[in-house]
Amino acid sequence: MSTETVVDTSEPDVQSSIVNDFSIQIATINGSGSQSSNSVLMRAIFQMGVPVSGKNLFPSNIQGLPTWFTIRASKHSYVARNRDIDMLIAMNPQTAREDVQSLNPGATVVYEQSLGLDNVRDDLIFYPVPFGELAKDVIHEPRLRKLLANMIYVGVVGHLLSIEREEIQHAISKQFKAKAKAVELNVKAIDVGFEYAKENLKKADALRIERMDETAGKILIDGNAAGALGAMFAGVTVVTWYPITPSSSLVESLIQYMKEHRIDKETGKATFAVVQAEDELAAIGMVLGAAWAGARSLTSTSGPGISLMSEFVGLGYFAEIPAVIWDIQRVGPSTGLPTRTAQGDILSTYLLSHGDTKHILLFPSSAQECFEFGGTSFDLAERFQTPVFVMSDLDLGMNIWMSDPFAYPEQPIDRGKVLDADQLEKVSDWGRYKDVDGDGIPYRTLPGTKHARAAYFTRGSGHNAEAEYTERPDDYVKLIDRLQRKFDTARKHVPAPVIDIEDGAEIGIIAYGSTHWAIVESRDQLRNENDLMASYMRLRALPFNDALEAFVDQYERVYVVEQNHDAQVMQLIKLELAHRPELLKKLHSILNYDGHPIDARSVTEKLLARESERPSA
Amino acid sequence: MATTAPPTAPSKKVNRLGLTQASYKGKPSTLCKGCGHDSISSQLVKAFYEYGVEPYRVAKLSGIGCSSKTPAYWLSQSHGFNAVHGRMPSVATGSVLANRDLIAVGVSGDGDTASIGIGQFVHLLRRNLPIVYIVENNGVYGLTKGQFSATADLGSKLKTGVVNDLPAIDLCGLAVELGATYVARSFAGDPKQVVTLLKGAFGHNGTAFLDIISPCVTFNNHAGSTKSYTWGKENEELIQEVDFVPFFEDIDIEYEEGETANVELHDGSHIILKKIKRDYDPTDRRTALELLLDSGEKQQFLTGLIYVDTKKPTLIELLNMVDEPLATLPLDRIRPPQSALLEIMEALR
Ligand SMILES: Cc1ncc(C[n+]2csc(CCOP(=O)(O)OP(=O)(O)O)c2C)c(N)n1
Ligand code: SF4
Ligand SMILES: [Mg+2]
Repeated sequence: MSTETVVDTSEPDVQSSIVNDFSIQIATINGSGSQSSNSVLMRAIFQMGVPVSGKNLFPSNIQGLPTWFTIRASKHSYVARNRDIDMLIAMNPQTAREDVQSLNPGATVVYEQSLGLDNVRDDLIFYPVPFGELAKDVIHEPRLRKLLANMIYVGVVGHLLSIEREEIQHAISKQFKAKAKAVELNVKAIDVGFEYAKENLKKADALRIERMDETAGKILIDGNAAGALGAMFAGVTVVTWYPITPSSSLVESLIQYMKEHRIDKETGKATFAVVQAEDELAAIGMVLGAAWAGARSLTSTSGPGISLMSEFVGLGYFAEIPAVIWDIQRVGPSTGLPTRTAQGDILSTYLLSHGDTKHILLFPSSAQECFEFGGTSFDLAERFQTPVFVMSDLDLGMNIWMSDPFAYPEQPIDRGKVLDADQLEKVSDWGRYKDVDGDGIPYRTLPGTKHARAAYFTRGSGHNAEAEYTERPDDYVKLIDRLQRKFDTARKHVPAPVIDIEDGAEIGIIAYGSTHWAIVESRDQLRNENDLMASYMRLRALPFNDALEAFVDQYERVYVVEQNHDAQVMQLIKLELAHRPELLKKLHSILNYDGHPIDARSVTEKLLARESERPSA
Repeated sequence: MATTAPPTAPSKKVNRLGLTQASYKGKPSTLCKGCGHDSISSQLVKAFYEYGVEPYRVAKLSGIGCSSKTPAYWLSQSHGFNAVHGRMPSVATGSVLANRDLIAVGVSGDGDTASIGIGQFVHLLRRNLPIVYIVENNGVYGLTKGQFSATADLGSKLKTGVVNDLPAIDLCGLAVELGATYVARSFAGDPKQVVTLLKGAFGHNGTAFLDIISPCVTFNNHAGSTKSYTWGKENEELIQEVDFVPFFEDIDIEYEEGETANVELHDGSHIILKKIKRDYDPTDRRTALELLLDSGEKQQFLTGLIYVDTKKPTLIELLNMVDEPLATLPLDRIRPPQSALLEIMEALR
């Protein structure tokens, strides 16, 4: 294989090589099998030690609609979406012209020759490849031919970017695992691509992949699989769900992992139960029933499911029953943009249900944290006897992320204040909803506890400390006040924000969840390009703790960056800081709500625009 | 228990566990005097006592409604869960998954089950969840003051004179069709039959569904109602005579060829069915559905054991779960070893 690069000096705008720092976009048709080729290309770059991230921008459709996949190689380990595409692989006739139009001048286009794209613009570098024709040389079967045409582009791009053929081959073996026939065919397709490019394409662009050593030991995983692993190693026993994109793959991964690792060796029986419920109402009802009876139970859903769970979640809050609910957020209602990402469920989930309810929300921002919070969520739910939400999103949940391998959880799990028969025997005046310890958290017993005083009757808000029915105003006030006390205790136990203070910073940035990665990069841009230092507070949970006020206090202006229109977390921050009106004026929001994962450049631009509006600036 | 009397006190009658009937009671009822639901509660207490159910093993589950309040009125030594309207089935499913040793007893109303909760109800049936599921069926929404429910018979009348012009949903029909494995209909005004069918349900493994007509004395006990005491008393027709012989007693009933049938239940108890008028085989699903269709069309009020299948696997069996309750498995059985994580990580490199 040749890695030689012929730079055509007659091209006016070819600069020196751009190495390990660019984005490739593959435009294909949903259901055309491009998923495997995209993964192979991404993995091959990863195996060359170059940090990568992959983002799938897909339609709500099984087959036929346009879909885009972007692969970003970044020697700086930036993994947020890159707004600017350096190389387009145009395989989809439906979108090819628009895709080409949207490129920045100087970008590269590899395209299916028959699309005749080279006359669309004259400021781009074009590589025509007859993929359809080439696929015929690999296989005659028309259906497979389509799939393999996609693999051929990997070979072409491999040659153009100097990706080592061996690494691509290795990535194919990984992708198709034990399926020898598939491996063989795909490798053949790669070679056809390599060969064609070598013979026919004259390197005119500056993009190159060069070996680095930044990915050794790392893994590639999506957030949903990471969350599933976190739950499995935290001892989840009851899992209920109703399929919905983008959350389904969390439970589907969990089922796979549990089948492997949670079957008792001697008996061949499962130490778990997974039930595909009839809807999300049933899914959350099962979770609450199971948790009431003592199981670590979870359900995973997205916004529409969260809405359906509302009534039950309120019951869980008032009856004080643990539950772990993953919300893999997506855009809008049913036929909105169900396969696009957003952080749009924060406010509605925080206050989900009726009658003074509020909930613990966790915001994982990486695959690593999905794994970690997979366990933290259970510990918190059982400690605080309340529903806990893990607010992931489509970008984090379904896209592939580079990560350090997950560390085995060494801590024992926290099952909270549960009294068994022996412990109950030692307590003379147990009452289900008594605040014995002053932290607002009562002790509970599980059904099936063999003790004459273990039983109690679980119901909504109408109960006193002994779990007896009451509608007395003073009892209700006591209950609400204790629940508030419990919530305040939770502030100190939920994952604290991660604060990164930059010396000399005048401004602060607050963000959470998958937005994090755009902030990492944007702060570098602000520092390196604009000499603007920004300290950063990454929120990891609600309710807030004291660090919030201290952080806002410290800076002249604080930008809250989030992926929704209504500045949902900023609104909550304003509520939290309402007693310090002078702080509220410092808050500005930067929003992204177009359904695509947020990118750093947009954050930087919006922030700078705001900064320049200041009269004294 | 805070009793000072010696357990063998000769004056107190006790069951096989040494418990008195009083120890199966709950809080005083707050329902209207004469409500059918209270009568069913009394029969539940009796059935638990006679069968010898261990109270700590029972999980009482209900939705919302007058009927759904009643689990507070029996078995105060059992955990209870008054869920949200129509959603008892899911909560019951979850708790049984968490602890398969629990004896789940669910109480619901006709509004709770046949309207808002019908989705969860049919899926519970389909899964054959081990549970005793009782609908205290009064044809109205008692707790919201007397609106028609979906089990009200066509042409029956509210107190206000409003006539129901929609056909009734036959919950027993749904139960047989969708997979329940013990299906019975009874009448709160027939306490003996209620107790017998309840005991049979305790001995069954799978979904035992009991549709018990339970008059609402406040909103649906007038002339023109087909769920009143009077209507029930005048129209009840027994499908068969049912008898129950618990597993801890010998069967000393004489068999008469062709006149009695004997169904052995999961726990070794027996249901003895004595023929009255018709030849009826409750182990045949088609026969059961035909009987329900037929009696529904004629607006006949048939009570007794409609269907029983002692072989069908339950949800718990289908899930191939370990024998112990999942809820209390120790950490080393629910957290895979470090080697498992390393292996998974290796595959993702
Ligand atoms: C979501 C919801 N909608 C409405 C209600 C009001 N509600 C309470 S009980 C009930 C009907 C109960 O009827 P049924 O189940 O037949 O019980 P009954 O009182 O007749 O025993 C309704 C509609 C509610 N509690 N929750
Ligand atoms: S309203 Fe009807 S159902 Fe409710 S308690 Fe009174 S009699 Fe019973
Ligand atoms: Mg009713």
